[in-house]
Amino acid sequence: MKTLISGGLVVDPSQNLEAVRDVWISDGKIEAIRPAARGPFSSRAVPGDIAEPGAARPARQGSKPASQPENGLRVIDAKGQWVIPGLIDMHVHLREPGCETEESIATGTRAAALGGVTTVLAMPNTDPVVDSPALVKLLRSRATTDALVNVVIAGAVTRGQKGAELAEMGRMSQAGAVAFTDDGRPIMNAQVMRRALEYLKGLDRPLLDHCEDENLSAGGVLNEGAACAAKGLPGIPKASETLMAMRDVALAEWTGGRLHLCHISCAETVGLVRRAKRRGAAVTAEAAPHHFTLTDSDVEGYDADFKMNPPLRAIEDVEAIQEGLRDGTIDAVATDHAPHAAARKALPMAQAPFGVIGLETLLPLTLALVERGLLTKKSLVRAVSTRPALILGLKQKGGLRPGMDADVTVVDSQAAALPAQCWASKSRNSPFKGKNLKGRATAVLVGGRLVVQGGNLAGSPPDR
Amino acid sequence: MATPARTTRVPSGRSSRQAAYPAKPLWSRKDLLGTRDLSVREIELILDRARAVRELSPKTGESSALRGERLGLIFTEPSTRTRTSFETAARNLGMEPLGFSVQNSSTLKGESLLDTIRNLEALGTRFFVARTEASGAIHSVAAQVRSHIVNAGDGAHEHPTQALLDAFTLRERLGRIAGLRVLIVGDILHSRVARSNIWALLKLKARVTVCGPGTLLPAGIESWGVRIDLDLRRAIRDADAVNVLRLQLERQKENLFPSLSEYHRFYGLTQEVLSLANPRCLVLHPGPLNRDVEISSEVADGPQSAILEQVANGVRIRMAVLSLLGNRPA
Repeated sequence: MKTLISGGLVVDPSQNLEAVRDVWISDGKIEAIRPAARGPFSSRAVPGDIAEPGAARPARQGSKPASQPENGLRVIDAKGQWVIPGLIDMHVHLREPGCETEESIATGTRAAALGGVTTVLAMPNTDPVVDSPALVKLLRSRATTDALVNVVIAGAVTRGQKGAELAEMGRMSQAGAVAFTDDGRPIMNAQVMRRALEYLKGLDRPLLDHCEDENLSAGGVLNEGAACAAKGLPGIPKASETLMAMRDVALAEWTGGRLHLCHISCAETVGLVRRAKRRGAAVTAEAAPHHFTLTDSDVEGYDADFKMNPPLRAIEDVEAIQEGLRDGTIDAVATDHAPHAAARKALPMAQAPFGVIGLETLLPLTLALVERGLLTKKSLVRAVSTRPALILGLKQKGGLRPGMDADVTVVDSQAAALPAQCWASKSRNSPFKGKNLKGRATAVLVGGRLVVQGGNLAGSPPDR
Repeated sequence: MATPARTTRVPSGRSSRQAAYPAKPLWSRKDLLGTRDLSVREIELILDRARAVRELSPKTGESSALRGERLGLIFTEPSTRTRTSFETAARNLGMEPLGFSVQNSSTLKGESLLDTIRNLEALGTRFFVARTEASGAIHSVAAQVRSHIVNAGDGAHEHPTQALLDAFTLRERLGRIAGLRVLIVGDILHSRVARSNIWALLKLKARVTVCGPGTLLPAGIESWGVRIDLDLRRAIRDADAVNVLRLQLERQKENLFPSLSEYHRFYGLTQEVLSLANPRCLVLHPGPLNRDVEISSEVADGPQSAILEQVANGVRIRMAVLSLLGNRPA
């Protein structure tokens, strides 16, 4: 079946496009982007809704699909909405295998779809750790049956993520792993990090770096500073992140390995990445929505839904991350979606686990930067789709050029965000639940298959 | 084929180019310590001499100057083939090999190597072959003694006779060295064989590519004039010869590669990989082999392998080197 996404504002920095266009899709690929045709269907169809063949066909003069309804043309009216390449979240903890009570491939990818995310990178800090080609294959095969969106796999850098011996990254790469990380924990031994970067050069895969000095951060709960001190909690100093980022940028520049800094949270780190890029280093970086939205003074009481690693920082850090996204220093927005069971998050703040979920709030929180004039539409799409695809080597994704995978998200930037009761994640540990957010993925296609329509999972009842 | 030159004092007149410099002796070195400081002329002289000695029998050893001389073999690292090769070369030249293996070799430093050689010198030995794990130690010692020293391997630095026998094997089998595309695969970082080969081959105008995991390539190697390719399957496509280095299995403990099976899969020379190359691509290996780690048995024992020829050529190269050292002008 062919799909036409009609009359939306197509935003695709990969082809420097921001204009009202029709997007034609067939066989799971983008077929063509054409100037938008005007037709009667667009005035009566509900935004993001589906006009089934025969119900509201586009009446395009002389256009082939319109004159051949028997082809089975599905029309998605995107008038007044944005049509962008599907979001790629390169930092997602799906918790499978091992912690399926908190999340699973099935639920995590449903949460992704609702958030407009068509590809997630699954982090390997599961139980067992994904550190062998057999586990990479197992996850890929589970994803083919359980996942609603594309799942790509990150393998561990070291065996068991213990930071000591290199894992079989070559064989994992052959089994389909697209990146390597010990995320959740830093690689404290600089020699191991150096070897890993050198070794990965031969595989042309990035190392996703969780920058933290565990000695400096030990026991810490929130950003070290006045807010944390007032609560009587131990702090995590910014230097815990910046020192490690400095070390690893130095190692990347020396070895020539590809380094990607995960969830950077400090102004210093943004400056470090900016300077490294000016020198031509193969360094990229991501930031999480909570780090460009909230500060440590926003932490409500002892609510562990505000506890994540790295922690919420100061206002100057939030502003530096926004600026880093604006000028492209920070390549990607990635959620660090980290589901935890409510019972564990209900522990005293110091004992509760680190992490917040983010797939369902990624789009509204990033759209807020556009709304405030801090980000252009194109720079938003670059950060949520185009650059992540480049970093992960997903050549068929991150854009809407003809022949690319038909992973498409239709965004209503003015609609109310999906309410928390409609989230699909198994967990609810988010500082944004119940908050008034704006922006919603009204329709989502994954490889041409419609997984979200009318702002809800295809086939499920509307929430309103 | 040129007849063996009895002495190097007289220019052989093989080419007009050499005849143009009659005043300069062809060989004037006291020692052979590495290929890096050899001239093209010196390398060619050794290769030509090795070719000339190939038909000599032990009884008609060409260098009577060495008859009755003793060759001190001082190895502080285990060695079978290099040592046996030097012993055989020495006997072919009428020399008497004297073996010394220094116990507890890891404690041996340059100074005690020097003491050993000085003591044997005092007993009348003028030729030594030495191997040590300390890079540069043999160079230091050679500068302090009057005897002739041949470096049979110093740490990760040089192993000149191995490189010369590799070059000799290439020249005998492929007819030339200039313009040959030679691929060196494996642990370049720790390999003296790789260094001596690279320096000799580049002087002889071969095009050299090194291939291995990023962890096993030394920093700055691109400035030596070699190409780097981390992908063996790509690098081998245009190779005329591939020299497979021995992998020290204990390197895994240093995180230089994750496992032997992964090393084999990515950098092992198997028939499947070799089939990507020119069908006449020659396979070399300095030995001893880790079968089915860096090289598969099928390749090591296959028709493209020159590994046993390398062993035979080693004796000729070592005879050539010893005779040149022994015959050098006083």
